[in-house]
Amino acid sequence: MHDMSAHAAAHHGPPTSFIRKHVFSLDHKVIGKQYYGLGLVAVIIGMVLSWLVRLHLGWTNYAIPGLHLLSKNGAPGDVMTPEFYLQLMTMHATFMVFFVLTVAPFAAFGNFFLPIHTGAEDMPFPHFNMMSFWTTFVAFCVMVTSFFVGDGPTLGGWTQYAPLSAIGSVGGPGQGLGVVIWAISIAIFCVGQLFGALNFIPNVLDLRCKGMSMWRLPMPTWAWFITSCMGLTSFSVLMPACILLILDHVAGTSFFVPSNLVINDQLQPHAGGSTLLWQHLFWFFGHPEVYIAIVPGMGIISHVLITNMRKPMLSHRVLVYSMGALAILSYMVYGHHMFVSGMNPFSSLLFSFPTLLITIPSTIIVLILIGSLYGAKLRINAASLFALGFISLFITGGVSGFFLAQPSIQILLHATYFVVAHFHFTMAIAAIFGIFSGTYFWFPKMWGRMMNDKLGQLHFWLTFVGVYCIFMPMHYLGLAGNVRRYQAFVVDYMQPLVGVHQFITIAALFTGAVQFIFLYNLIHSRFWGEPAPDNPWQGTSLEWSIPSPPPHDNFGGRHVVVYHDPYQYGVESSTGDYLMQDSPEQVKNAHDEP
Amino acid sequence: MAKLFAVTIVLIAILSAIPVIRNTWHPVPDVSAHGQAIDDQLSDTMWEAGISFLASQILLAWFIWKFSGDRPGEKTTKNFPGGATGLVLAAFILVGVEVFALGIFGAKAWANMYFTQPGADAMPVQVQAGQFAFYFRYPGPDGTFGSIHPDMISEANANFYGLDLDHDPDAKDDIVTAEMAIPVNREIRLLMHSKDVSHSFYVPALRIHQDFVPGLDLQIHFTATKVGRYEIVCSQLCGLGHYNMKAYLDVYSQEDFDNWLKKEAAMQ
Repeated sequence: MHDMSAHAAAHHGPPTSFIRKHVFSLDHKVIGKQYYGLGLVAVIIGMVLSWLVRLHLGWTNYAIPGLHLLSKNGAPGDVMTPEFYLQLMTMHATFMVFFVLTVAPFAAFGNFFLPIHTGAEDMPFPHFNMMSFWTTFVAFCVMVTSFFVGDGPTLGGWTQYAPLSAIGSVGGPGQGLGVVIWAISIAIFCVGQLFGALNFIPNVLDLRCKGMSMWRLPMPTWAWFITSCMGLTSFSVLMPACILLILDHVAGTSFFVPSNLVINDQLQPHAGGSTLLWQHLFWFFGHPEVYIAIVPGMGIISHVLITNMRKPMLSHRVLVYSMGALAILSYMVYGHHMFVSGMNPFSSLLFSFPTLLITIPSTIIVLILIGSLYGAKLRINAASLFALGFISLFITGGVSGFFLAQPSIQILLHATYFVVAHFHFTMAIAAIFGIFSGTYFWFPKMWGRMMNDKLGQLHFWLTFVGVYCIFMPMHYLGLAGNVRRYQAFVVDYMQPLVGVHQFITIAALFTGAVQFIFLYNLIHSRFWGEPAPDNPWQGTSLEWSIPSPPPHDNFGGRHVVVYHDPYQYGVESSTGDYLMQDSPEQVKNAHDEP
Repeated sequence: MAKLFAVTIVLIAILSAIPVIRNTWHPVPDVSAHGQAIDDQLSDTMWEAGISFLASQILLAWFIWKFSGDRPGEKTTKNFPGGATGLVLAAFILVGVEVFALGIFGAKAWANMYFTQPGADAMPVQVQAGQFAFYFRYPGPDGTFGSIHPDMISEANANFYGLDLDHDPDAKDDIVTAEMAIPVNREIRLLMHSKDVSHSFYVPALRIHQDFVPGLDLQIHFTATKVGRYEIVCSQLCGLGHYNMKAYLDVYSQEDFDNWLKKEAAMQ
């Protein structure tokens, strides 16, 4: 299988034209960089949107200079209207969840490094791979257009609960064309991700080089493989759900709208649909999506930590099994988003137990990561700091899961800022720390230049403290019953909490501004950074055995053969304390598992 | 740098725990008959999650402090005593027991509320959610609610429930209000429906949180144990006025409640 597979990938030569080289490229590395660029643009949009909604939450009547340029109706006199607040909040979440947290850790790094990790020359279906990016790009463009058509983007939240999302413009600004554009964009996005998964999975299964058994795959590649399997099964549910939602708008169907709804004193023409059906379909995608965002981060930070600890993890296999358990359980726990939704309360209990159970593989991952630090010779740099920061954030986000796994406690905490804190710590900020860690670690390989590590460390310190200042107080707001998705706090018992919101807003503005250090470092290093050696971190996996940046076919025509497990650190070899995965050298204290 | 990072993690963990220990921000005090079990569950979970949080962060910080930097003399790799097996067992046993206990006791608190039927003498009150207000209905002296005719719902004519007052004798004595009032220590059977989109009925003081599902009639029951004024808010995004969808809940003595109801009936 292995000899044949190496040839199977060599099905396209180096491109010669600019278009084929940089735009419609078939090279997985270029596609990975394109995804990274898309993620970067989306995260800047998402972050600016978060600034705007945070400013509004801190100071509701504050005129934000120039806001009217984004929407005349939404910001008369530059002051945000309630509906425009909801529209911006919805778009913040949509861009972040789909175009950043799915795109960057999975599609960007995965595209670039998965084929290299498996020892392949490219993805098995390069044309599909190219289509994967461009389909996702079209989805992104469609989503952006919603700012400029009709009465703006949808205000229904990224979860788009029916029937608000399905009744059309009578539901409010953005609930007509805005929802249709949202659903079209997400359906297209799903197609792009399916193209991606259809490349990742066969690459791992069929294109591994000689000697590369499944257990010799590095941690990120295991993570991307598991994520691909999740993506395949969850995006393929979200896509038809979006199509049904579009049909409710344009074809007069009523999949998600029941009979006898009265809006503005008008009886609505829909009949016979189910509002809970949307929630089941959405969360069957939505909860695996949480792990689609976070599992690649786990793989990336494990890889970074191992290299910087100069020792392997306590058990590579336990980590892989635990990530696999997270993936499988993620489909059984989605109902915890719906404990008080009106579904049968007995279902809430049934969904509660797997939700509590999922804390076991999560705890195993955290304990293995922490336990592996024991005896390490830890190198501190921007990449390892972000990886260690990931562990701290994941612990914090994880323990709040104990609360939200229980239906009885969700009576107090459901739809409050406690939930906002929980998911930001886990799937948002921890995942973004994974992206930062991966960027500082792999930048030399991707662009052939080193990043400025001092600036990177400064970026880490300010971001780490900043995100705790933003999201930790949200737990307290949630405990006090502060409901999320409110544009102002006019409820009596919430009014004393406004001061906490102002503190969070200041922290968010500060932490957001700090990200420009990263952006500067990224752009400056890309053009003027020191040239990177092939193996700047003394790593062992295959990406470090090839030039920086790698040649078109990754291995320069060499048929790579692998002799070891991926993480041979703390050994005594001719190269020092590490042994490359493709080195035939045998050492006594190697960490090869049978 | 590693040591500074370790100290930072410990400081953040302790600073994060202080407001919880001092109870700076907490749920509004419970005034329901069933709420104590929920509060106990929250408190137990806070202890277990709090200890897990502090222990994990401090362990992380300790190992970063202790195991950073090169030790050139050390040629062999030291591993955590007990290796992965010990940690996996610890996760299964410690966290397994913890979540099992939380699950069982939490299930009891949930079952108290959702798996019990209201008593035969529970007082029926209906709540209808719509963009962006709650309307409450009391059945009047005949004890029967009039039928709802969606096509007759009209905010313009203040016929919020679509009652056919000309032809439906059950509807004639129905009392529709914009605020909710109930007698203290009397079980309430709350009948919930939405006239348009999804909403929620969140009363933190009563430890009640239940979404309205358009197309579905839901029922919950509860007893308020303390006279006072509390707030009902919507927690399910329902449109541009979502933040402003709220109502007051007045818990009266039986006598005051009767007077209130009479006054509301006179205003119909």
